[in-house]
Amino acid sequence: MISITGLTKRFGSVTAVNGISAEIRDNEILGLLGPNGAGKTTTMRMLTGFLTPDEGTIAVDGVSAADAPMELQRMIGYLPENNPLYEDMNVFEYLSFVAAAREIAQPRRRIGEVADLCRIRDMLTRSIGELSKGYRQRVGFAAAILHDPKILILDEPTAGLDPNQAREVRQLINEFKKNKTIVLSTHILPEVEEVADRVVIINRGSIAAQGSIAELHSLTTRRGIVRFGGALPKDFAVRLPGLIPGIQSVELAGSEGDRVEYEIQTTTAEDIRPALFALAVKEGWTVTELHRVSASLEHIFRDLTIG
Amino acid sequence: MNLKNVRSIAAKELALYFNAPIAYIVIACFLLLTGFFFTRPVFVQNFATIRHYLEMLPLFMLFFIPAITMRIYSEEYKTGTIELMYTLPFTRVEVLAGKYLASAAVIGAALALTLVYPLSILLLGPLDIGAAAAGFLGAFLLALMFTSMGVLGSSLTRNQIVSFILGFLLMFVFFIIGKLTMFLPPAVTYAGFDLHYDNFVRGVVDLRDVVYFCSVTGAILYITHLVTAKEQ
Repeated sequence: MISITGLTKRFGSVTAVNGISAEIRDNEILGLLGPNGAGKTTTMRMLTGFLTPDEGTIAVDGVSAADAPMELQRMIGYLPENNPLYEDMNVFEYLSFVAAAREIAQPRRRIGEVADLCRIRDMLTRSIGELSKGYRQRVGFAAAILHDPKILILDEPTAGLDPNQAREVRQLINEFKKNKTIVLSTHILPEVEEVADRVVIINRGSIAAQGSIAELHSLTTRRGIVRFGGALPKDFAVRLPGLIPGIQSVELAGSEGDRVEYEIQTTTAEDIRPALFALAVKEGWTVTELHRVSASLEHIFRDLTIG
Repeated sequence: MNLKNVRSIAAKELALYFNAPIAYIVIACFLLLTGFFFTRPVFVQNFATIRHYLEMLPLFMLFFIPAITMRIYSEEYKTGTIELMYTLPFTRVEVLAGKYLASAAVIGAALALTLVYPLSILLLGPLDIGAAAAGFLGAFLLALMFTSMGVLGSSLTRNQIVSFILGFLLMFVFFIIGKLTMFLPPAVTYAGFDLHYDNFVRGVVDLRDVVYFCSVTGAILYITHLVTAKEQ
């Protein structure tokens, strides 16, 4: 278990991280979510020992980072933001260097295993500078898991990758997650919903919300969202609140030719679809779209981090 | 300090030096220039001596050593790989020691290649072997001192050009104060390396001179340690 209490980091007059406390349980995947500049990277850098916190403590299974930084670094595998690598080394040289640093008993065998897992065996003799971004990411991932760490810290592991490469990285995480604690930062919301067990949302250096994805869903004030589209009159958005009770807002979500689509939010969880349908029949509107959307993490994220 | 870690880091730095063309190019230029200044007195003036070469050497080192050391920290700051180094189970002292030793090894190797100069003179005529050996010892000690200054310059900035200039300036200060005997009090010129290095070139190995080079090198490395122990 990783316990973080009152973690604070200042750079000059800027407080990058302000009193963050959290507990990360064993074998869970924690998603660290937040807009750029929220303090995600700074938090992760303190977890990995690259930065020393100004205040607060970090402890893994009771071992404090301040007392035994080396012991903690041995437990942690880390993929930093932007995945920095030595361009002038070849992949095998680099992994051998990491293996020596990690004091791995049979480096060749372990590098082979990890290379197979990350599917970079054919790349071992290639110079890192020549690799595509997707392969680079896998090399960084291979280096992070080489010593089979208990804790894996991944700072935006899919940033800058195309959708296929991003999916491959998520697959790697899924293959590796057995008996591991993974802390992963991202600002890609579907990714968090896909891989994380629990989410911590950071905004301006503080925790804005934390919990399982289901718990976060219950936080949002937006109770129901319905998408409604078709050949609707121009004053639809203005008229609707007068026609159906409990409407919170009506937003234009898109248009195509004479068809428009609206996102309607209600103040209660009550389903307004029957009422909308009856209204459409009464008014003679052509309806092409009528479905309910559950409030996504994106809505929660927007609610918590804007304003 | 774990010596195995220092060795891993030094091996990595050496791989980076010799996987890229920069070290080869810099060493080739160094040999070309020093070779010219070695051969001229030998063939034009018929002197069986490497004294001219040794006297010119500090001036070449002033350019050659920062060109080798400029990347040692700066490149890692710039590309972000320093974060990898500092999150592996290495202490910062081990990182510094590994980096310093790797740079010193590259520079030492370049200097060792110039041992062909005294060897070729031996084939042509009588060479004062003792004086040449003392001269080379002085050259190696001076190179070690300059290397520490280059590493300090590199630890201060993420820009390799700035790193080169900082290293050069630091070496230049020690270079010039030894030469301004007319304007500076003796205590100050004693801090320059000229007085100490000239003894070696003349063939005199004085323990005080050895102590001078070692203590300046140690002091500069300690300052570098203070710089790198602090966070970026």
